[in-house]
Amino acid sequence: MNTVVNLFNNKQVKEFDALIIGGGGSGMRTSLELARSGLKTAVISKVFPTRSHTVSAQGGITCAIQSADPNDDWRWHMYDTVKGSDYIGDQDAIEYMCSEGPKAVYELEHMGLPFSRFDNGRIYQRPFGGQSKDFGKGGQAARTCAAADRTGHALLHTLYQNNVKEGTNFLNEWFAVDLVKNSKEEITGVIAFSIESGEVCYFKAQATVLATGGAGRIYASTTNALINTGDGLGMTLRSGFPAQDMEMWQFHPTGIYGAGSLVTEGCRGEGGYLINADGERFMERYAPNAKDLAGRDVVARSMVLEILEGRGCGEEKDHVFLKLDHLGADVLNSKLPGICELSRTFAHVDPVKEPIPVVPTCHYMMGGTPTNIHGQAFSQKNGEDFTVPGLFSVGEAACVSVHGANRLGGNSLLDLVVFGRAAGKHINEAIKSGGGVDNSTSEDIDEAMQRLNKLNESQDGFDVARIKKELQTCMQNYFGVFRRGEFMEKGVKELEEIKFKVDNLHLKDKSVSFNTSRVEALELQNLFEVAQATAISALKRTESRGAHARDDFPDRDDENWLCHSLYDPTKKDISKRKVNYEPKQVKAFPPKMRSY
Amino acid sequence: MELNVSLYRYNPEKDEFPYMKKYTITKPEKDIMVLDLLNLLKEEDTSISYRRSCREGVCGSDGMNINGKNGLACITPLSDVLRGNKLELRPLPGLPVIRDLIVDMTQFYNQYEKIKPFLQSDSEPPVQERLQSPQDRDKLDGLYECILCACCSTSCPSFWWNPDKFVGPAALLQAYRFLADSRDTKKQERLEELGDPFSVYRCHGIMNCVNVCPKGLNPNKAIGEIKSMLLTGTKEEKIKVVGLE
Repeated sequence: MNTVVNLFNNKQVKEFDALIIGGGGSGMRTSLELARSGLKTAVISKVFPTRSHTVSAQGGITCAIQSADPNDDWRWHMYDTVKGSDYIGDQDAIEYMCSEGPKAVYELEHMGLPFSRFDNGRIYQRPFGGQSKDFGKGGQAARTCAAADRTGHALLHTLYQNNVKEGTNFLNEWFAVDLVKNSKEEITGVIAFSIESGEVCYFKAQATVLATGGAGRIYASTTNALINTGDGLGMTLRSGFPAQDMEMWQFHPTGIYGAGSLVTEGCRGEGGYLINADGERFMERYAPNAKDLAGRDVVARSMVLEILEGRGCGEEKDHVFLKLDHLGADVLNSKLPGICELSRTFAHVDPVKEPIPVVPTCHYMMGGTPTNIHGQAFSQKNGEDFTVPGLFSVGEAACVSVHGANRLGGNSLLDLVVFGRAAGKHINEAIKSGGGVDNSTSEDIDEAMQRLNKLNESQDGFDVARIKKELQTCMQNYFGVFRRGEFMEKGVKELEEIKFKVDNLHLKDKSVSFNTSRVEALELQNLFEVAQATAISALKRTESRGAHARDDFPDRDDENWLCHSLYDPTKKDISKRKVNYEPKQVKAFPPKMRSY
Repeated sequence: MELNVSLYRYNPEKDEFPYMKKYTITKPEKDIMVLDLLNLLKEEDTSISYRRSCREGVCGSDGMNINGKNGLACITPLSDVLRGNKLELRPLPGLPVIRDLIVDMTQFYNQYEKIKPFLQSDSEPPVQERLQSPQDRDKLDGLYECILCACCSTSCPSFWWNPDKFVGPAALLQAYRFLADSRDTKKQERLEELGDPFSVYRCHGIMNCVNVCPKGLNPNKAIGEIKSMLLTGTKEEKIKVVGLE
């Protein structure tokens, strides 16, 4: 006990120009840019970088590199992304992502990413959901660049390898606890501790980049890794900064029934399709044109409707099947080898012979810390945006927003590299031109230590594993694929009760060295912040748009809700923020009826 | 049925020596993975520590020794490994133990960094991607998929013996991944760095690595390829030298 107190009170200061929290795709793309710039940079990651969740991405990275189709156009990709977002994606950011995308993808190839290839030697591209040619008029496009069905793995390892090459400073298995904020509301760094040794440090930096990924673990059933606990958002929300579009959670149509593991949309891109208990290809009814390659929100809702109407498969009639066997063993083994492996392991099904049981599963957080295309985090005062000095966010943790109310498949990996790169470039220029933040006082630093101290001193209280289950069950029951006001109100109330428990967790094991129960307790508190932001934002948005589907407000309401929701953690309420309709190189795409 | 789980425990703050602790747990009706079982045990005894992340066999966090064989806890079903009703879980062998099932992987990562695990090319990259034929790309299959879980290297007696000098199967697999890449132009330099008596040649082909790889990869074959490249590489060198004289 004494050693604990001593170690945790004896905090050192380590100073860097830029600090990146998170060693996944977005964090390592940012760090790569900064390592090359010569700035003193460190990546703090709670896991060894290649254990980050980017590794689980399968199908690919969507980008108009004109390989499958020499006439492909990034503007078509932009159109698809805007439409996919159900018109609340920011068009300046979407334009930037789609137009800069090819450069970012070619860079990955130059770094060594082992993309699959066409016969002419160019990068292989496959069709994915929501993709079209000629602004929706030219039929299905094939725009997703792939390394078999292990694109995330290949991308993450390539980025790690190139960070090794550039000598990036990694602090692996360090856990960031809270942001340090000074009296001018500037972020001056974080408090973090070494999971291995327990050493606590104040990491001081001119730029703190949150690249902490998603928080799918707020739900009981998710494709997300166990480490996806929204640590960055937990930190910003506790510091009083807002989160945007938190009601927008993507449920991926094809999570393996029972296990939750992801089955890539690339399966349907390669020609697989969904069937119900009658063996019917039901997506033909819901999306006559795009069928199984409609937007993910559309496919997930159609699946749930099939199940609710009694056409689900299995004894409990609670899932549907993904049929792949007609593609043949050759295609499955060359294009989807990872899926075959996962399916055999977790569904005990060989896709070469039998269909895979699947169910919509929480997959992606479209919301996050609001940022501009440079990764600078925003807050609001009296309805006006202002950037928070010192604070940046990239990747799934951020909300630029390129995904709006529904992300298209293959756009998350593109988001990571495009905006990781952009943030790195911006930070480099800003710091070299003298931009930076003031110091924090020792009171400011102590403030950021409070959560950790309270946990370390806990003598009694609530059990982490049990409360985590309560939280996940609440979110799963009341904030799933279909939502209704009265249920969500119940959910919001339940969360208020859970709040007390989450604030009073009992850390039974106080040991210092690699005590994973300490990490899990801190993660649960982060999950809670994200869950509450989600619940309140979902209850307040009284319409259906993209992934947010309410049966008490079944229609999209552009008059009142063609806007972002901005959740203010200090008021536990949302306000509306304008969506950007001002792209620079093309005319804005106005809202239209969205059908596939 | 009751399961008897014997778990390697060591907390450096409390324990002078590691010990095996017995846990009894009702066997779940469903066939669960070893990681699920560990999670159940941790709910009861929060002091148990192990690494885990993706829980689907792609991140490589939870390599451990399961009833005597290295594997990933998250994709190893109990039905595959139970002996009667007994399960013994130990950390990966040969690396220093930090706590319980968590090993210090520094030596493993050092070997990985040593082989320069990144593409090196003398030519300026084109505006678009470098071209690579599907046939050349196929040569990377079975190599790039490594997840760095260390199951192979820590099942290798040569790596136990010389973890600082023998590169080990995992990093050698990656060394060959870059040697086999048509886009990499540093083959000669890469080979030169592997030519000493330890880096590659401490592999005696006992194939423990192949036996345990949870991704079904074959480091032994890659090592064989490196050895033959070293051989032909040396021959070319000699011919060149003779030719000059």
